[in-house]
Amino acid sequence: MSRFLARAGKRLAGRWAVIGIPYAWLLFFFLVPFLIVIKISLSEVTIAIPPYLPTIDLAEGWSSIRDAISQFSFENYIWLTEDDLYWKSYLSSIQIAGISTLITLLVGYPLAYGMARAPSQWRPTLVMLVILPFWTSFLIRVYAWIGILKNEGLLNQFLLWLGVIDDPLIILNTNWAVYIGIVYSYLPFMVLPLYATLEKMDHSLLEAAEDLGCPPWKAFWQITVPLSLPGILAGSFLVFIPAVGEFVIPDLLGGSNTLMIGKTLWVEFFSNRDWPVSSAVAVILLLILVVPIVLFQNQQQKMQERDK
Amino acid sequence: MNRGASWFNVTSIVVGFAFLYLPIVILVIFSFNESRLVTVWGGFSTKWYVEMLHNKQLLDAAWVTLRVAFTSATVATVLGTIGALVLARMGRFRGRSLFSGMIYAPLVMPDVILGLSLLLLFVAINQDRGFWTVMLAHTTFGMCYVAVVVQSRLVGFDRSLEEAAMDLGCPPVKTFFLITLPLILPGVLAGWMLAFTLSLDDLVIASFTTGPGATTLPMKIYSQVRLGVTPEINAVCTILVVLVTVGVIVASLVTKRREFSRLRDERMAAAAP
Repeated sequence: MSRFLARAGKRLAGRWAVIGIPYAWLLFFFLVPFLIVIKISLSEVTIAIPPYLPTIDLAEGWSSIRDAISQFSFENYIWLTEDDLYWKSYLSSIQIAGISTLITLLVGYPLAYGMARAPSQWRPTLVMLVILPFWTSFLIRVYAWIGILKNEGLLNQFLLWLGVIDDPLIILNTNWAVYIGIVYSYLPFMVLPLYATLEKMDHSLLEAAEDLGCPPWKAFWQITVPLSLPGILAGSFLVFIPAVGEFVIPDLLGGSNTLMIGKTLWVEFFSNRDWPVSSAVAVILLLILVVPIVLFQNQQQKMQERDK
Repeated sequence: MNRGASWFNVTSIVVGFAFLYLPIVILVIFSFNESRLVTVWGGFSTKWYVEMLHNKQLLDAAWVTLRVAFTSATVATVLGTIGALVLARMGRFRGRSLFSGMIYAPLVMPDVILGLSLLLLFVAINQDRGFWTVMLAHTTFGMCYVAVVVQSRLVGFDRSLEEAAMDLGCPPVKTFFLITLPLILPGVLAGWMLAFTLSLDDLVIASFTTGPGATTLPMKIYSQVRLGVTPEINAVCTILVVLVTVGVIVASLVTKRREFSRLRDERMAAAAP
């Protein structure tokens, strides 16, 4: 009996060790840092190392923490509402991410549709070809567009040669370049869920519609689009959510009047060295993103339940 | 299927893949450009590759990046595989929803927030920033990706083998190494590769968490791009693209072969009297 108990105890200890190791890591490197962000967003900027007040000295125990809490203020958040740079950045991020998501859907749908209708022995290769660019560096893929979109770049050279335009188009350093960059970088995230739903679709429904005299475009709108709606939603969330907080694309392709919140946070932190305000910017950005993230998870859960 | 529709399908596939691949192809072509400009073709030359090999800062950054990627991907794979076991095999326990939340949240959180929060942690605990802080940061988001990839593999396979081993008195740790790990190995390797390439790519989190003496390759590329576009960067990018592409294709061929031989073995076992 005691041997049995000892073994059961060892097993239980093993179980808690397995749970404990990754749990402790994530608590320390994910949750605690985030609590620190919230704490510093309530602090005041100062010229010191570290550049904020109050600081908590854990060696002094509770009294230090109590002191710090009594000095907390919402000044940084009030500042975010007063200076229109911030709310304009949030709105413009949502707008740019929204427009880009729509364009990605329009570009991705025909591609996913074509892939789902391709001969079945080709499909794994096509899927692999969509995933492959995702593995190559994000930075490199954004960088590649600079040489194409520049005023004297390849796109303008090509269009001038064709005679479509007389003067080079100014694309780089405008919002258009940001749209192109986001669509290009996130296209695989749109195509894969769309392909997954379109491939599962029962083709006999379209044939039945055709036999009953329904024109193809009407059959497309009334059958294909509603049936692929889960893929459309999943793909749109997967593009929209990361695009809102994007930094590299607006920084390298966008211009000085391209406002996106990731870039505003970066400048606030690295150029203005205002850690409390950048922390407040981060907290609000996360609160904004919680809405689409929760919607996305609900939609995924519904899909999983339906598949069962 | 009528011809019109299939023409439409072929066109959309061709146009879609041209859009995905042309920019990278153009980037590779212009890395062999004789001219300093990346937009005007001045003849074939490999001089930018030679120049790149003499750029000590660039090589140092590449070496730092490879070391960070290798160590962080390896630690992340160990932690992420344990995390996947917790999600898939440990049933209910106190704090489970917080745990799965912490696994999934870094996948959707903007890089700027992850980078900022980790930097503030390192400042709060008075940790000097450099190689190790970048490595810890990359391990943290890498392990979440590994956990998700490995978990999908764990959910997908037959548990009866594990149960049989345990019923016959095999201790849990031994069961894991003898039965579970070989079965989920493709997922673990895919997770490692994902963590490795994500670390190789990362600019934002590394910029926040790094310190003097630990400039990574993406940071170096980024600062050079801001000064101006040169064929030398195209050469660096070409090498990275070629390495990653070859790695991914080889890995997928290897896993395909393994799956194939596993299926064949299973079929032969089933056919045996």
